[in-house]
Amino acid sequence: MEVRVANVRKEFDRFPALHDVSLDIKSGELIALLGPSGSGKTTLLRLIAGLERPTRGKIFFGDDDASQKSIQERNVGFVFQHYALFRHMTVADNIGFGLKVRHGPSRPPAAEIRRRASELLDLVQLSGLEKRYPAQLSGGQRQRVALARAMAIEPKVLLLDEPFGALDAQVRRELRRWLREIHDRTGHTTVFVTHDQEEALELADRVVVMSQGRIEQVGSADEIYDTPNSPFVYSFIGESSTLPVKVEDGQVWIADRPIGLSAPHAPSGEAVLYFRPHDVELLDGCSGCIAGTVAASRRVAGTRRVELEIGGERQRVEIELPVDHPAAQKSRVAFRPRRWKLFPAA
Amino acid sequence: MADPEIKSYEPHHESQSAAVTESLPVRLLLMAVAFAFLVIFVLLPLIIVFHEALAKGLGAYTESLSNPDTRSAIRLTLLVAAIAVPLNVVFGISAAWAIAKFEFKGKAFLTTLIDLPFSVSPVISGLVYVLLFGAQGLLGEWLKAHGIQILFAVPGIVLATVFVTFPFVARELIPLMQEQGNGDEEAALSLGANGWQTFWYVTLPNVKWGLLYGVLLCNARSMGEFGAVSVVSGHIRGLTNTMPLHVEILYNEYNAVGAFAVASLLAGLALVTLVLKTLLEMRYGAEIAATRGH
Repeated sequence: MEVRVANVRKEFDRFPALHDVSLDIKSGELIALLGPSGSGKTTLLRLIAGLERPTRGKIFFGDDDASQKSIQERNVGFVFQHYALFRHMTVADNIGFGLKVRHGPSRPPAAEIRRRASELLDLVQLSGLEKRYPAQLSGGQRQRVALARAMAIEPKVLLLDEPFGALDAQVRRELRRWLREIHDRTGHTTVFVTHDQEEALELADRVVVMSQGRIEQVGSADEIYDTPNSPFVYSFIGESSTLPVKVEDGQVWIADRPIGLSAPHAPSGEAVLYFRPHDVELLDGCSGCIAGTVAASRRVAGTRRVELEIGGERQRVEIELPVDHPAAQKSRVAFRPRRWKLFPAA
Repeated sequence: MADPEIKSYEPHHESQSAAVTESLPVRLLLMAVAFAFLVIFVLLPLIIVFHEALAKGLGAYTESLSNPDTRSAIRLTLLVAAIAVPLNVVFGISAAWAIAKFEFKGKAFLTTLIDLPFSVSPVISGLVYVLLFGAQGLLGEWLKAHGIQILFAVPGIVLATVFVTFPFVARELIPLMQEQGNGDEEAALSLGANGWQTFWYVTLPNVKWGLLYGVLLCNARSMGEFGAVSVVSGHIRGLTNTMPLHVEILYNEYNAVGAFAVASLLAGLALVTLVLKTLLEMRYGAEIAATRGH
């Protein structure tokens, strides 16, 4: 099922949580809504689910306008951050709940509901736990039960709110891989909210980066990481270093020296240079490069991070060096970013 | 005032650090004071009730309980409780639902109103009904014209009892529902349940122990209420006397055995309530503990 969010605005007590957000989700896609807290990602998810109504704008499921439909009519599978399993029901009853509350002929007989529940338990690799209560399960198991329960109603869209937020790192990584497998097997259009960029980039077909109630960028993990389109995305996703620079004659300058980067289309004037600390080319001599004095150096896993002081302004910038690089305190290092981007000075 | 112990499910700290443990003499003194108080003010009176009731033997006891007026008082008390408790279950759940599950204007005011019956003297509660429904009251003329008898009749007693016992269920449920939030309800709705199914299958089971606890307290109070009921009942023997009122009348007539026999029934009710309450707390506590961190 395709989902189209068209110019949606959402206000809570006049306070806008989403400004004019539009997003097209393709059928069968696995999409991550990524952003810091307060960016509106959960609000967007709840709007798609029908747990909230948009102040303005529409949400389409396929060609149907779903905006005015209730959550029951939308037929979405929603997995809550804290799972919201019904604590007084067994695992099997939790999974069968969505079928049990159906009316008339669409309600399967009890035996059929039980069969579906154990089928889904197989799918989420929890066979044999039918009779357990949620309190008797681990966090990861509850998460899987919540997913099985959401899938039991054969939803058009699967929505997950911070699905791995409450789990420890090890379980998180396992479940991540497992969710991807389930998605590939069942082909549900899936949207999940996360504030963990690693999770979003690893798991999703496309990542929607959000900030302050707006969508900053939509793209594949590669696009988002390699060509961020705003200072926010640059600094939010992965690590970034920035330097204030000047653009003149299509060249990038730091103080009175060109640094060997040409920017023919950038407007002249003040700008900020963004690049990844690890994505730099180390140079020996310096004609057209960024040169700085090592101010601090620390070992990070397989590499070494050095902080350089650049120019008379002593602007600090971080780059990554190979561990065996001879750069010590006070020595000079010259480099040039391989991939970089200029944004107008704030 | 029996304030529902909403915090009773807090995890207990079995082992206390030495810094906060009092010395042995202090502990003994505190325990002695508490026990002495309970023995003098609670246990002794209770023993005396049963002692006096049985002072002239079991025969006199059962005879005074089979007195027609006494029987009528017992029937009336059961009737009043049978009406007041279900009404307050409905009111209590509605009020708790409204306060705990959504936002609206006047919520703080409603919360305060719920506590009102606890904070005013029951006699005042009764007097309010006299002013409202009495012959000279606001609605008196109209009621009289339509031949509806509220004061000095069963409806008045029920109204006064409902008023006095209203907070028990609501106050028990509000903190519980607030703590549980809307997550389970949202989950049920997203799975296709309608409002009624959500309430019946999800909300109600989530609060059932708290609700039962509230009902128990509400019932004990509605059977035992004296002040408010005394003002509106008119004390008509065999007609509008509830058990507590009947006890007073018998006692004033120097019928000690009769008075204490009825009182022993009320005391028995209190004991049963206490036992059930303790059982519920054990059960309720285990349930909450089992679902903690979920």
